[in-house]
Amino acid sequence: MAKKPEKKEVETTGHIWDGIEEYNNPLPRWWLTTTYLTIIWGIGYIILYPAIPLPGGATPGVLGYSSRAEVQKDIDEVNERNAPLVERVNQLELAAIASDEEVGGFAINGGEAVFKTFCAQCHGSGAAGSPGYPNLADDEWLWGGTIEDIYETISVGIRDEANYDTRISQMPAFGADELLGKEEISTLVSYVGSLSGINGAGAAEAAAGEQLYLESCAACHGDNGEGDSFGGAPNLTDAIWLYGSDVAALTETISNSRFGVMPAWSGRLSESQIRQASVYIHALGGGE
Amino acid sequence: MQHMVKAVVLGLIVLAAAVATNFARDLSYQVHAVIIILVAGYLFTREIGKIGNAPVPAETGYMDGVIRAGVIATVFWGITGFLVGVWIAFQLAYPSLNLSELTQGYLNFGRLRPLHTSAVIFAFGGNALIATSFYVVQRTSAARLFGGNLAWFVFWGYQLFIVLAATGYVLGATQSKEYAEPEWYVDIWLTIVWVAYLVVFAGTIYKRKEPHIFVANWFYLAFILTIAMLHIINNLSMPVSIFGSKSVSVFAGVQDAMVQWWYGHNAVGFFLTAGFLGMMYYFVPKQAERPIYSYKLSIVHFWALIFLYIWAGPHHLLYTALPDWAQTLGMVMSIILWMPSWGGMINGLMTLSGAWDKLRTDPVLRIMVISIAFYGMSTFEGPMMAIKAVNSLSHYTDWTIGHVHSGALGWNGMITFGAIYFLAPRLWNRKGLYSTKLVNYHFWLATIGIVIYASSMWVSGIMEGLMWREVDAQGFLVNSFADTVAAKFPLLVIRGVGGLFYLTGALIMAYNIRMTIIGAGNAKPKEAAPATVPAE
Repeated sequence: MAKKPEKKEVETTGHIWDGIEEYNNPLPRWWLTTTYLTIIWGIGYIILYPAIPLPGGATPGVLGYSSRAEVQKDIDEVNERNAPLVERVNQLELAAIASDEEVGGFAINGGEAVFKTFCAQCHGSGAAGSPGYPNLADDEWLWGGTIEDIYETISVGIRDEANYDTRISQMPAFGADELLGKEEISTLVSYVGSLSGINGAGAAEAAAGEQLYLESCAACHGDNGEGDSFGGAPNLTDAIWLYGSDVAALTETISNSRFGVMPAWSGRLSESQIRQASVYIHALGGGE
Repeated sequence: MQHMVKAVVLGLIVLAAAVATNFARDLSYQVHAVIIILVAGYLFTREIGKIGNAPVPAETGYMDGVIRAGVIATVFWGITGFLVGVWIAFQLAYPSLNLSELTQGYLNFGRLRPLHTSAVIFAFGGNALIATSFYVVQRTSAARLFGGNLAWFVFWGYQLFIVLAATGYVLGATQSKEYAEPEWYVDIWLTIVWVAYLVVFAGTIYKRKEPHIFVANWFYLAFILTIAMLHIINNLSMPVSIFGSKSVSVFAGVQDAMVQWWYGHNAVGFFLTAGFLGMMYYFVPKQAERPIYSYKLSIVHFWALIFLYIWAGPHHLLYTALPDWAQTLGMVMSIILWMPSWGGMINGLMTLSGAWDKLRTDPVLRIMVISIAFYGMSTFEGPMMAIKAVNSLSHYTDWTIGHVHSGALGWNGMITFGAIYFLAPRLWNRKGLYSTKLVNYHFWLATIGIVIYASSMWVSGIMEGLMWREVDAQGFLVNSFADTVAAKFPLLVIRGVGGLFYLTGALIMAYNIRMTIIGAGNAKPKEAAPATVPAE
């Protein structure tokens, strides 16, 4: 070895491998003590908590601890504390909840928590939506924006096949089902674009489209294109477009239709949670 | 005759793979069959060319060619793994880097993430372990590797496993078990290679000329044996079709989760801890030129580590459907594991007593020492995170990612870099490394990179944990998941920068090793031939 061991001389074991020797130092005292302490602690913990699997079930531990019981205790505590508030939310008229002194704030906060947990994935954490997922913070409502409408939409969902009462409407796929030709769809796109003034369609083409519109679209979207929230037909005269308003997006919509789905939340959320969410969404700014 | 037999076998493999290509039920299976045709076809023509040649006389002395290949493979896969890691780190901060339009989703985070973890753990770490174990076992047994060219089979067979695994991830073949993603036929191939590895390693120990087995070899052997057991059991599955990559695990539900984390945590315990401790026990005393601190400690902490690690897996499943008793045992064993883990740190660091002054002049030794320091830190952090109360905050957060990386970058990466710097001049018979100054740069870049990485993930992870559990006075959640993602953004960027530091250091190492191999600068060839005769 290059250097002799200095200070107190410790024996080596006498083995040499490729020049490597080993000192015969004892186990460090602090290391051994700490090892024993962790073992003693471990034995104590095993006595206190469920630990040893035996036929017929594991030892329950002196403390009788269970992680399920622990979380249930937390949930029960919150439920018990909030029970009177929940009851009041369920009893009040929907429209009266937000302004109620006792539970107004509770419902808004609860609705916000529900929204962030279950709704934000599609509608965005600020409820501003994205293409295909409606903005809930504006005043355009496909299925109505009164608090009762919102409550109904959340409860039964939209085009949710699993829910018998779900809100449903379906626009025909004019292109895919060969109800209209390509030329006609193109004309119709120009006309529909001109309704909201966001597409610079030529006046002549737009006029030709009006006839097509009245024949194929007006039954649901209305003669003026203002839509019908009872049947879920969007307003075509404003600047709000769920799937986009450029020529390509409109052509796609008219040719192949759209079929946005929202799950029904009754059964998955409690009555009170649905009410709270309705209050929160209604208060976002766009409720009617 | 021997070449003829090999050629026939290889020819049959080509035929079988051609049939498999024809009937393939999915893309990755088909691509893999083509890869096997190419590899077996190449070997077939090579064996045909050798028919009739006089038999080559058996070489004596140490078998170093396969170790040289292993060192190069380690550096190559290391850079690949770090590069993919940096890339996916920035993908998390800037999702547009998934380039989904351009790559049709083939290079999105979900596919590249297992590519990164497998590249660094199995390709970089695995090659480092195989190469260093072959080096160490020969030197400390004073014997040539057992089994002749079987060692070369282990090396190339392992590279084939890596290529099959990596291409499988990108093409979508995965059994969705973390760190055990490759599908059934890749698992079977790895089993064959691994058994060959065990034969070479154990055979060399068996024919050793030293009376005792060196401590590093205990650790290497424990690593090889246990990984074989873990790999086989966790990958027990039934292929849906012999011509498809999909298979179904024989375990289901919480049993499947428990087997998976029994495997997953012991991959950490035996691959990344026991195996790399083997590396430490040889290279640290060699580089420091000091005896190992305590023989007794090495024995006691070895057996304690081996006994305890195998129980610790349930700490990955705290507060899940796993029964409470299993969670208790997982937590208790993880905490008792703390001191046995630290035994390795003590033995490594105390080996330097009397040689601390060398740290000033020897950056290679400095790299080894910092690796032991990170080992100590992460083997303290691990048991702490296994405490249920801590875990309820840390689990599923970036804290776990930070913990893993202070271990992987700090301990596994650094001790491997130290071993590579030790090996390169000796394997290529050079007077020294091309540049110790570049080693110093590498040391600082890597160390700063790890510190940036780990600290940003600590902050991010604790913030995430606190935000997730935050409830208002009425018990309502305050933050949505998206809120926590938005809050993490700056820390994700900082983490990526840390990774970039580490990658840059590794690139400097690659340059330094290349220059050492070609013999530039201080790495002039030695005049005398290396001592190839097993020495006493």
